[in-house]
Amino acid sequence: MTDMPIDTAPRPDTSRSLWATAMLRLKRNKAAMASIVVLIVLAIAGAFGPLVAPHSYSEVYPEFVKVRPSLQPYPQAEQVIPAAESALRRARVDLGGIEVEDGKVRIPVSSDSRDLDPRISRYLDRSDVFSNAELTIDAADPKKGMMEASVQELYFIMGTDANGRDLFSRILISLRISLMIGALATAVALVIGVAYGATAGFVGGRIDNVMMRFVDVMYSLPFVFFVILLVVFFGRNLVLMFLAVGAVEWLDMARITRGQTLSLRRREFVQAAEAMGVSSGSIIKRHIIPNTAGTVIIYMTLLIPKVILLESFLSFLGLGVQEPLTSLGVLISEGAKNMRNAPFMLFYPAATMTVLLFALNFLGDGLRDALDPKDR
Amino acid sequence: MLSYALRRLLSAIPTLFIIVTAAFFMMRIAPGGPFDQERTLEATVMANLNATFGLDKPLWQQYAIYLGNLFQGDMGPSFIYRDKRVHEILAEGLPISMQLGATALVLALVLGCLLGSMAALRQNTRTDFGVIAVATFGITVPNFVVAPVLSLVFAVMLSWLPAQGWGNWNQMLLPVIALALPQVAVVTRLIRGSMIEALRSDHVRTARAYGLPARMVVVKHALRAAILPAISYLGPAAAALLTGSIVVEQVFNLPGIGRYFVQGALNRDYTLVMGTVVIVAIFVVVFNLIVDLLYAVLDPRVRYD
Amino acid sequence: MFHRTMKSALLSATIVAGMAGAASAATYMRGNDGNPETLDQHKTSTVAEANILRDLYEGLVVYTPSAEVAPGVAEEWEVSDDGLTYTFKLREDAMWSNGDPVTAQDFVYSLQRIMKPETGAKYANILYPIENAEAVNKGEAEPESMGVTAVDDKTLEIKLGQPTPFFIELLTHQTGLPVHPASVEEHGADFVQPGKMVSNGAFVLDANILNDKIVLKKNENFHGADDVALDMVNYLPFEDRATCVRAWEAGEVHSCSDLPAEDIARLKDEHGDAVRVAPYLGTYYYALNHEDEFLADPEVRQALSMAIDRVFLAEEIFQGTMVPAESFVPPGIGNYSGGSPEIEYFGMSMLDREDKAAEILEAKGVSPDSPVTIELMYNTSENHKNAATAIADMWSNLGVNVEFNVRDASAHYAHLRDRGDFDVARAGWIGDYSDPQNFLFMVESDNDGFNYARYDNAEYDQLMDEAAAETDLEKRSEILKKAEALFMRDLPFIPLLYYSSRSLVSPNLSGWEDNIQNVHASRYLSLSE
Repeated sequence: MTDMPIDTAPRPDTSRSLWATAMLRLKRNKAAMASIVVLIVLAIAGAFGPLVAPHSYSEVYPEFVKVRPSLQPYPQAEQVIPAAESALRRARVDLGGIEVEDGKVRIPVSSDSRDLDPRISRYLDRSDVFSNAELTIDAADPKKGMMEASVQELYFIMGTDANGRDLFSRILISLRISLMIGALATAVALVIGVAYGATAGFVGGRIDNVMMRFVDVMYSLPFVFFVILLVVFFGRNLVLMFLAVGAVEWLDMARITRGQTLSLRRREFVQAAEAMGVSSGSIIKRHIIPNTAGTVIIYMTLLIPKVILLESFLSFLGLGVQEPLTSLGVLISEGAKNMRNAPFMLFYPAATMTVLLFALNFLGDGLRDALDPKDR
Repeated sequence: MLSYALRRLLSAIPTLFIIVTAAFFMMRIAPGGPFDQERTLEATVMANLNATFGLDKPLWQQYAIYLGNLFQGDMGPSFIYRDKRVHEILAEGLPISMQLGATALVLALVLGCLLGSMAALRQNTRTDFGVIAVATFGITVPNFVVAPVLSLVFAVMLSWLPAQGWGNWNQMLLPVIALALPQVAVVTRLIRGSMIEALRSDHVRTARAYGLPARMVVVKHALRAAILPAISYLGPAAAALLTGSIVVEQVFNLPGIGRYFVQGALNRDYTLVMGTVVIVAIFVVVFNLIVDLLYAVLDPRVRYD
Repeated sequence: MFHRTMKSALLSATIVAGMAGAASAATYMRGNDGNPETLDQHKTSTVAEANILRDLYEGLVVYTPSAEVAPGVAEEWEVSDDGLTYTFKLREDAMWSNGDPVTAQDFVYSLQRIMKPETGAKYANILYPIENAEAVNKGEAEPESMGVTAVDDKTLEIKLGQPTPFFIELLTHQTGLPVHPASVEEHGADFVQPGKMVSNGAFVLDANILNDKIVLKKNENFHGADDVALDMVNYLPFEDRATCVRAWEAGEVHSCSDLPAEDIARLKDEHGDAVRVAPYLGTYYYALNHEDEFLADPEVRQALSMAIDRVFLAEEIFQGTMVPAESFVPPGIGNYSGGSPEIEYFGMSMLDREDKAAEILEAKGVSPDSPVTIELMYNTSENHKNAATAIADMWSNLGVNVEFNVRDASAHYAHLRDRGDFDVARAGWIGDYSDPQNFLFMVESDNDGFNYARYDNAEYDQLMDEAAAETDLEKRSEILKKAEALFMRDLPFIPLLYYSSRSLVSPNLSGWEDNIQNVHASRYLSLSE
């Protein structure tokens, strides 16, 4: 391997324009720009969507548990009559022929034994299906009457979940949570991992050995116990979850950065910088980290989905997001359990996640290309 | 390099010791014990059980006993599976997990390198986007979705393969696919990224300029450099793969050891979890050593001194 | 679709058994809850173990296919007038799988073994009614001092410490199964291993591969061998219920012992009668901490209970696999002639109940405008989460806001056992034997382990003591009914749902009868092509 060609070392002063150049190049990458738009849309949907969504993410509609996605409003025509019957069953009155038209329902009611109680209109009001119920009691015969009520129009374009909550609203709130977790936990992992890995790889020798054995120790400790301990000692709290996830996920990042650094530190431009007396800290900052950026960014785009899914496991163990809040990971794992009886519960969250990840991947690639020091 | 390897192996001993100690006390700080289940036990019964398993002794004494036994190769009795000792349980399950994991690992490496290089060589073409799409899908859709879907399609609907169980080659197929898919995806992405970088690097350009055949350049020069990040990733990933996956084992009802990582911890089966910790630790230490040695082999610039 | 599934069932039976030819139509592939923790009948604690042990061993009494108690090794028995001495006459033809006769001494040995502290038996307490048993288990008396004697080879006498009308019922539990003393002496704890185990039931142990399968073969020395149709039973452990369902649909197993609640509606649609949902002896409840300031008020507890729409929980959250509970003791239990006391508000409509609950709380100054917040603790599970979410929604209408505290089961129950602080905590109880005492004893004030609510009512304790001393079953059930009425007035626990057993049974498997104990011994089952 003596035929190794000589690398051209980037001049230290190029770092001044590094970000500017990168932005320029990124702007020329259509896929990356489209991804940025998608990500911004998703972020806005997560941030403001829950405020404008037709339903609150925590609103329970007991009559509409696991209903299918539909562009038609619920209750659908064939559900109105059974819904009226079941709502009034509790009132213990006899029902005549029920008519439905123009968003109104007309129900003749009667009782054999006693006079009608005007309060029974509340039975209809309490149901999610009807509103403005009114009972007109027959003046001649107080045992007979006519009940009228408006039929509610509820849209569940992505269906509802196992508790009867609008899935679309839940996906919106889950986006907020998951994007937050993804961004923060990955940022924690990135900062610790890159700094740790670059230092270990650059300094080398015994310190590298000790630092990397510490990583080995962290890898081997039983993760579930780690989580259980966090739950017990710190309660449930989102910040903690970011820390827990970041604290585990930086390990891979550190190993990858170190691997790259080991190879970089023998390169001529690093050795030249060393010979010129540049401090180790500056070399790591100016030469090592920018040169590992490509791989680190790719790995980051892999880490974000991993973190988002890991969160569902943490929620399962009691750390992290709790009801009625939810996250994409939790929605997907709920959907997986219901994939055979309510496939939409899996489909929509999974589709959201896929769109998010495609955007992240293309943006990651674009960033990687833009930051590539060899192209500078 | 040999002396480096030896030194690393020597440093594994204190590493393992630290891991065992840290894990032991970490588990015991966690609330709940192996006998706290949905069915609360009578106080007398609980006292008898604690005495039987030595849980009534002071913690440091239990630690000393555990360490002493471990030194002699005995990992103690399982708190949950009471008819077996931990080393027997692990000896039954580990080969199965390893067999599955190793197959998935090889698959991930081969397919990942292939797809990743293909995409990189045809950057921004339809092939590239196709590969990225498949890889993204593999990363997005988690195991707990892929595995039941595979079983539903190939076992329940098509009746081509068994839905569960272990013992025949055709029972391995679906679990291996479920295990390998996310790894293939990750390796593909890592290789593609670093391959693009490597293809632009001067020595590959030079090699091409010399008129070396393209395939040779890719394999000998570019892939050699591009595989480094994938290898850093696969070191620990291999340790995880070979020690089994809880999801895949549960979905396909496989008798591997993956389930013990979560179930063992939830059951507070201290000795069994310690057993898995020791195994993972050994795998992590060994694989990270292999990875570090591979660095030096693949990239002559890497030197350990 | 069945001809296809059965074809592949045979195929996979061959595969799973791993020995082509050996498996035949008479190999029953039986889905089990999970892997047994042990096959030692004295260390056992789970239902998965009970299913297997019931096939391997025969106790003094057994359950029939409909879960009636019937003679097993004991042909007949007599109870002395004071209800303290039971004399069992063992059948002459009862044999161990190695040809040894089953003797009264074997039972003496077994009952002594389970009480020895060093055995570490998880369910030893179930046999505490036997004279001196508890003292032996505590290590305060010699095992020989227990009230168990072999009058001769075929006559066993058991003396009780106090009358226990459900004692025969207790003996159906797997802890009452005998061990083969010579094998235990020879192999120690290893007597449970295949090749070493000697059993006296319809089947013998052939193989035991952890988390893979447990293979039982027909025991030719069993006295009822002629009536046993199956040649082999393969127990497959399924930790994931959905996996068992897929395996069943692919024709790889003949029955599943549990089903995912969320999938029940689809299963019933597609497989009709193969889906079995039967009442089960268990109650799902929320314990209320009586030491909590807000919850200490019995009227508040009533209001909270009133406002819970149990029909919604049962039908929507649990998809009809649970039954709305109106008492703590589940219906259908033995020795409870009158049944549980009726509670007025369960007869009222849900709306009226909500109104009344809101009224009660408003009088205490709690309303949606001035809400209180309580903490609801549950152990991790999708269904517990959905139920808790629904109940929180119902309570929020009253001005009671709920915060969740979720932990894994071990931490959850340790917290309750160690009397950690909580407001409301989820728990469930499955009866060990069919008697109301097995439910009501939980909230006796001196019951440290189970009385999560810290309920302390001298009147209740006294009623329970009276019931324990009463030998007349009618009178006893009257007393227990009074105790349950107190329970429902004071609500240490809010009963929510009764459990149901859920199974999936192939039409080719006959002899499976739904029953409240959910016991289905393989010896009564048969397979058809």
